[in-house]
Amino acid sequence: MSVSTEWRTHVAGEEGERHELERAWSERGGIAGWFSVTTHQAIGKRYIITAFIFLLLGGIEALLMRLQLARPDNGVLGPEKYNQIFTMHGTTMMFLFAVPMMEGMGVYLVPLMLGTRNVVFPRLNAFGYWMYLAGGLLLYGAAFSNTMPAAGWFSYTPLSGPQYSAGKGVDVWAQMITFTEISAMCVAAELIVTIFRLRAPGMSLARIPLFCWSMLIQSFMVIFAMPAVMLASTVLLLNDRTIGTHFVNPAEGGDPLLYQHIFWFFGHPEVYIIFIPALGMVSSLIEAHARRGVFGYPAVVLSMVANGFIAFGLWVHHMFATGLPQIAEAYFTAASMMIGITSAVQIFCWIATLWTGRLRLSAALHFVFGFIFIFVLGGMTGIMLASIPLDLQVHDTFFVVAHFHYVLIGGALFPLFGAFHHWFPKFTGRMIDERIGKVTFWILFTGFNLTFFPMHVLGLHGMARRIYTYPAEMGWGPANLLATIGAFTIALGGIIFMINVVRSMRAGAPASEDPWEAGTLEWAASSPPQNYNFVHLPVVGARYPLWADAAERAVVTGMRSDRREVLVTSGMEAEPEHRLVLPRSTPWPFLAALGFTIGLVGSVFSFSWYFISAALGAIGLIGWFWPHQPVEIDP
Amino acid sequence: MRARTAALALAAAGGCGTSNQSALDPAGAQSQGIAALWWFFLTLLGAIFVIVMVMTLLPLLRGPRNAGEPRLTRVVGGVSVVTLLLLFGLVIVSVITGRATAGNTPPGRHLAVEVTGNQWWWAVRYLNDDPSRIVVTANEIHVPVGTPVLIRGLSNDVIHSFWIPNLQGKRDLIPSRITTEWFEADKPGRYRGQCAEFCGLQHAHMALWVVAEPPEQFEAWMEHQLQPAAAPPDALTRRGGEVFLSHACVLCHAISGTAAAGQVGPDLTHLASRLTIAAGTLPNNKGNLAGWITDPQSIKPGNHMATVPLEPEDLQALLAYLETLR
Repeated sequence: MSVSTEWRTHVAGEEGERHELERAWSERGGIAGWFSVTTHQAIGKRYIITAFIFLLLGGIEALLMRLQLARPDNGVLGPEKYNQIFTMHGTTMMFLFAVPMMEGMGVYLVPLMLGTRNVVFPRLNAFGYWMYLAGGLLLYGAAFSNTMPAAGWFSYTPLSGPQYSAGKGVDVWAQMITFTEISAMCVAAELIVTIFRLRAPGMSLARIPLFCWSMLIQSFMVIFAMPAVMLASTVLLLNDRTIGTHFVNPAEGGDPLLYQHIFWFFGHPEVYIIFIPALGMVSSLIEAHARRGVFGYPAVVLSMVANGFIAFGLWVHHMFATGLPQIAEAYFTAASMMIGITSAVQIFCWIATLWTGRLRLSAALHFVFGFIFIFVLGGMTGIMLASIPLDLQVHDTFFVVAHFHYVLIGGALFPLFGAFHHWFPKFTGRMIDERIGKVTFWILFTGFNLTFFPMHVLGLHGMARRIYTYPAEMGWGPANLLATIGAFTIALGGIIFMINVVRSMRAGAPASEDPWEAGTLEWAASSPPQNYNFVHLPVVGARYPLWADAAERAVVTGMRSDRREVLVTSGMEAEPEHRLVLPRSTPWPFLAALGFTIGLVGSVFSFSWYFISAALGAIGLIGWFWPHQPVEIDP
Repeated sequence: MRARTAALALAAAGGCGTSNQSALDPAGAQSQGIAALWWFFLTLLGAIFVIVMVMTLLPLLRGPRNAGEPRLTRVVGGVSVVTLLLLFGLVIVSVITGRATAGNTPPGRHLAVEVTGNQWWWAVRYLNDDPSRIVVTANEIHVPVGTPVLIRGLSNDVIHSFWIPNLQGKRDLIPSRITTEWFEADKPGRYRGQCAEFCGLQHAHMALWVVAEPPEQFEAWMEHQLQPAAAPPDALTRRGGEVFLSHACVLCHAISGTAAAGQVGPDLTHLASRLTIAAGTLPNNKGNLAGWITDPQSIKPGNHMATVPLEPEDLQALLAYLETLR
């Protein structure tokens, strides 16, 4: 497992080629340049930073809720503000933080891990980011203009319908979803094609890094799940509200359960869209810090694939209380519990890896252990919720709030924080302070369990969700106070993490290419990577190319370095097929996104703006696809 | 683990263990079955959790193991199969409990009660083939101990969820649909319930009580509820009745035996016999009633009860009259 510096030098290439590549892949400066950027590192970082800001906003909303619930009959927020804030919290965390954050990590890391120079559709990548940003600005722009949705992140009809949710809050909510889902679809399409066709020669399916597998599976899930939520939010709900269609409005003969079915057909896979990339991160982190490949690679991959399929067969477990026929309910109980099997197989494989690896107890590995603790506990309560009789008692109580924060914070946020500590040197070129990283972990871990463990008990003792206050006689006060203290502990951990990031970016030790001696290709690029990632594209002969024998290493030659060329390889075995010239950077994706944005924001007020959206967007697309030079595909 | 112990200790010390609205203090066969299932799941899954955590943390205490891959494969494969079998067992146990506790209609003779969700109160009707024997009330359901009670759920506006944890799991009340569930109380008592599906501004203040009584007591209650309101006994209460009928109250509320027949708000025929007012928000006494009538919006902001300006003497008379509606 020794690292061959010789091979690295070769990958780093000669001075002349390096110079040409720098010119071909350089981005223009200035404001116009800033709006034109199409390199995956820059866009990935924009996703990550934007999503982090939304995490902070969602976190502040969580603290406000915890302040209101800290004691019985509290008056920090009235019912109206409380309902708005829990709606904003859920919406922000699901649509503006969790999914885009995972997309951002994928956009940044996948091309590096595959040994290529960029994603296959760089302009689509830029367009996706601008649409996401526009959606976030729409929701928060409206919120700061005192127009907030208050019907929950799920917007059940008829509560979210025209009779019971006056004002524009729910319309803004519904159209914000359109933006973020378009963005997710863009990333999904480009990552699927990138993972299938731009892999380094020799990177057969069985050699794809596990994080890339997780992004591939997640991307397919996005493509099947996201249209469902756009159907629910835009076609059914928004049209019922703005032009008086009768899809899901019972007062007009519509069916409120239809909305629930379609929403949860998206809503359940959504959870896995968030945590499957996190599973990929955990595998990467364990490999690097246990210093061996994951035990049972095929089992881990197949478990993730199975997770992806099963996720589409579980949606009814969000609707057990609506009173469906028993035979259907038994089916959905069994399907829900199957997730326990695929998740357990992965946990077992990771434990086997930890048992046989040489552990480096880094901050990242701390977060992995924290992940296993919290996620397994959340999995146990998930099995309880799959059981209909138990679900009918704890559904829509704080028990469920505890459960999904265990699986989502444990299953996605802890791996994400581990990933930040692990890939920080790659992102910034400097090492992050490990000691403070471990302190961050312990504060977050303690704060998390303080906040959410008591909620299990509260739910079993009858505390329903989404109530803005509760009477003292219920005896829920002490556990709620504890949860509020825990929430502020989490906030403290977050602040320490941000201080650590800023300090380390300014004064951290410079990072080498591969500070962890990890095995995957992103560690062969410089830290931080150049715009073109590698001077010579690597050829791989093993699952962990950086751990392989020197004899196995080779690079691709014969590529032109004076233009943005990538190598297209075959889908299964990754045999070289042809060279592809990627388009130059341009502001057109931004302008197209701006055009669609103007129209879609207008559509919140009047249906006719859809036509304006189409016209303005079309102008952007024409500029985007205007042929400047023949696209060359050399054999 | 520390957090878990702390939380359990807190739950014990903090008084979470009162019987009010707890799924873990069952008072009927259905909730009993669910609670038993809960303890079974908790014990089994808790034990598995501890084992998994020990296995996860062990490598921190000892160096790397040199287990061969084939041996590891056998171990991991083995525990995966065990997991599969355990989950299969849990599905079966769960379905059996589900069939025993969650049927849509009770077998044999039962009491049928129609519960209609409204923003933010519960309308209650005791169904009967004889229309003269239909009892109408609100936010409080009296049931006889030992008789199955069928809840027929409706909603007038948005989705609500009917939930009395000490007796049964929840059932959504969905506009344009009829949903049902049933339960049977084993022991007399007062059991609090609460709307469990987010239903708007005052979702937090939409509670109700189920009062389980011995059958004779229940029959007496039923007979009493069937009576129209008693005529006001004195001048003050007579004036109170006139205040009721000559102000906005009459537009929304019904009092049987009088001209008041509003259907928008709760039926008040036997208001004074109920435990609480404003859907479980306040104990039912004269002071709270006065506060509620004078300024309902400060007690339950956004609720649909209008503030009706009343002269102080009128208010006193109205309160005295409402107190007679036993």
